[in-house]
Amino acid sequence: MPIFIDRRLNPKDKSLGNRQRFLRRAREELKRSIRDQIHAGRIADVDAEHVVPMPERGTGEPTFNNARNSGKRQHILPGNRHFSPGDLIPKPGQGGGAGASSPGNTVSEDDFRFVLSREEVLDLFFEDLELPDMVKLNLKEILAFKPRRAGFAATGSPTNINVGRTMRNSHGRRIALRRPKQEELDAILEELAMLELAPSSTATRQRIAALREELDRLERRRKRIAYVDPVDIRFNRFDPQPVPNANAVMFCLMDVSGSMGEREKDLAKRFFVLLHLFLKRRYDRIEIVFIRHTHEAQEVDEETFFNCTQSGGTVVSTALEEMHRIVRQRYPSNEWNIYAAQASDGDNSVTDSERCIALLDGKLMRLCQYFAYVEIIDKREAHIFGSTENGTSLWHAYSAIDLKWPNFQMSRIATPADIYPVFRQLFGRQPALLKRA
Amino acid sequence: MATQTGKSDLLFSGSDWDFTKLSRAYDAIEAIAVEELHLDTYPVQMEIISSQQMLDAYSSVGMPLMYRHWSFGKHFLHQDLLYRKGGRGLAYEVVINSNPCIVYLMEENTMALQALVTAHAALGHNHFFKNNHLFKQWTDAGAILSYLDFAKSYIARCEERHGFAAVEAVLDSAHALMEQGVFRYHRPPKLSSERQREGLRERLEYEERSYNDLWRTLPPSQQRANVKAQDPEWKKSLNLPEENLLYFLEKNSLVLEPWQREIIRIVRVVAQYFYPQRQTQVMNEGCATFVHYTLMNMLFDRGRISEGAMLEILRNHSNVVFQPAFDDPRFSGINPYALGLDMMQDIRRISTEPTAEDRDWFPDIAGHGNWREVLLEAWTDHRDESFIRQYLSPTLIRKWRFFVLGDAADQPHYQVASIHNEHGYDKIRAALAHSYDVGANRPDIQVVDVDLLGDRQLRLQHKVKHGILLEDTSRDATLRHIRRLWGYEVSLAAVDAETGLTVHERSTSQIAE
Repeated sequence: MPIFIDRRLNPKDKSLGNRQRFLRRAREELKRSIRDQIHAGRIADVDAEHVVPMPERGTGEPTFNNARNSGKRQHILPGNRHFSPGDLIPKPGQGGGAGASSPGNTVSEDDFRFVLSREEVLDLFFEDLELPDMVKLNLKEILAFKPRRAGFAATGSPTNINVGRTMRNSHGRRIALRRPKQEELDAILEELAMLELAPSSTATRQRIAALREELDRLERRRKRIAYVDPVDIRFNRFDPQPVPNANAVMFCLMDVSGSMGEREKDLAKRFFVLLHLFLKRRYDRIEIVFIRHTHEAQEVDEETFFNCTQSGGTVVSTALEEMHRIVRQRYPSNEWNIYAAQASDGDNSVTDSERCIALLDGKLMRLCQYFAYVEIIDKREAHIFGSTENGTSLWHAYSAIDLKWPNFQMSRIATPADIYPVFRQLFGRQPALLKRA
Repeated sequence: MATQTGKSDLLFSGSDWDFTKLSRAYDAIEAIAVEELHLDTYPVQMEIISSQQMLDAYSSVGMPLMYRHWSFGKHFLHQDLLYRKGGRGLAYEVVINSNPCIVYLMEENTMALQALVTAHAALGHNHFFKNNHLFKQWTDAGAILSYLDFAKSYIARCEERHGFAAVEAVLDSAHALMEQGVFRYHRPPKLSSERQREGLRERLEYEERSYNDLWRTLPPSQQRANVKAQDPEWKKSLNLPEENLLYFLEKNSLVLEPWQREIIRIVRVVAQYFYPQRQTQVMNEGCATFVHYTLMNMLFDRGRISEGAMLEILRNHSNVVFQPAFDDPRFSGINPYALGLDMMQDIRRISTEPTAEDRDWFPDIAGHGNWREVLLEAWTDHRDESFIRQYLSPTLIRKWRFFVLGDAADQPHYQVASIHNEHGYDKIRAALAHSYDVGANRPDIQVVDVDLLGDRQLRLQHKVKHGILLEDTSRDATLRHIRRLWGYEVSLAAVDAETGLTVHERSTSQIAE
């Protein structure tokens, strides 16, 4: 008799440590794949699993190998049908159909892709943005769940038994299986009692015997068919539901005039992604509105927003007006939390900046939970501007708003790491600001 | 025994298994194996695992305990992908050459499969591990698990102390040399017992604690000066030439810390442990397949396995021994299960119903009827190469329709060298045997010289056989790894084995980092 050990309940993921080591090793390459996917994909898709190709660099395992294209060797193969010694067989061309001559070819690694979990994706995404650990943890955290009633289940804990449903099942089963009712028994007992009092005769004795037998049968049947059987029992089923917070709408405003190149758009996109991640954690339902503008603004879908350019001048106030119009029409501020993120290279006509101030100060800032503005500048300009107050006309205009409204944030960004400070206030503990839902 | 009614005689019915059934099946199979095939096995430990755990086992080279390394994570992802895509099913079992012999059974297997797997692994492989001379001499079944346990915790401790990156660097380099990290010709030293290792480590720690830099400043002794004068003397003291590169680097590297040497040693021990398995694929799988096939049929004949279960067993058996022809899209080399089983059944046939040709080729065994003894002896004394050289019969060559294809790199054609005819039998047999000679087919690379007193360059030599050179990029990458372990430049000379001329030379100084 051998020794048996049941390992099925042992902790799973014995190779998790190896996986982590592997991911750490391939980090740079994986980060690049994720960056590309974020660049090409939709904002809302970042927060999910991603499929990435196998990294090539740094994951090779070299050994001394014989070169295939040198020397003489022999292959021994089964299944000869018509060859005789001395036959010449042309070698198959390079790269295709070499299966016959090179035994042991396995699946090529080209199409080897694997799945990164949501956590791993976010880790890689955050690394570029240099988020503080607290914030990372906060963002990765899944929403709080609350159990919600969702029908009935055949299994569950005794505390969740649904008595009504259970008894209804039991009743149906008792009828279907013709379980004798108490009244039937009572009737027989009554008749028995009467017969026993009556003078005895053959007929009554027979009747008594028959009744006893019947009583016996019914009682046995009652025992066989339980009043409440395990199959009747139903439990209340609870589904974990994310705690509904409230609705939020996120406005993405972006200048799409010719001066915004690929780099600028990529930075802007990450800026929007981060805000979206934050909102997704806080709110049950988020809608995203994309507004692009040149000298006129329009609402577009995500695809167009990031990929199409439009020629024209730059009048920022048109975008603000468009946003105001949409808020009034579709997102009343007493039902929606309104967040806005604006990305631009700072160009604006001088007269228009005044209009922007008026719009924000007079209308929009009162409606918004938060308004974040990033000005995307060239890497070389970064050290010139630094934190000095000189800057583009839009920067000047917004500085005034920044002073007046605590829920307005602005920053210049040249690299991905600059994005986070814009949101610092959001991730800080500011219950007063956020509770206004 | 119990009553001899037909029904109670069945070992199991239905497809669900439980531990009583497994135990009953094992006892019956073992009894018949000892009685009919005279198998001799280690005690068995059966472990039930899920498919997820099977994948885990795959990724750490099938061992229940293994140290952590990124490459195992990569292999896991690969296996996982193949499995999920349905490209490859999981093995029904994994068996480990240890004492007691550990057999992993998948929980998804049906009872019939579990019986098949029990016969295959717990008896077939087990017998082979216990009796084959390669395993007996070169591996230590009793000590491997405790050694791996030590290795795992040792490497984990190193990671804590020296950081992941440092440990990973040593492991990467050592893994690159795993092929060159085995003793092929002389027997490796026995794994030291736990106590000895403990003593060794204590001594190392003591040396670390009591290290005094002053010793370094002492003038060189007279002895050392002598060594300088007589070159061959210290070359001899290094035991050059040395085929086991990992061993050489572990003992003689100029830059490694004691803990790094210990890690190299661990990798070397693991490589050595698996070396016999690579030399006995056909025999090992053949033995296990022959055993399960024979035992299952015997049990069926005795009415202990139902027809339904037997059909399932046969279906799985024929999947395992499926061998497509060379021009079939499914062809991926010779199936060791099929070749091993066919050869062993052929021995049985020669022994019991020989033809005139068999009497000619195998006068020692043809018609003697003692196939059990012949097989037991073959399982004990042979490895793939010698087994094929000894026992591949013309009948089998005809059945498989083997042919030999000459492949010279400078020719635009392959040339058919031999086929299954009178002239070809010997050549095919020799060529097939040669292709299973692991030592002869792997690149032969040895340490030949080291200039300890000059620029400390390590000189390696690659004996080129039949003009087969090394593949360039992987060679350069591997040399870089050797340089990392050695600490100084490394050069590799490719020397033709027949003419003795240097074909090619490569030094790490030519390779960019």
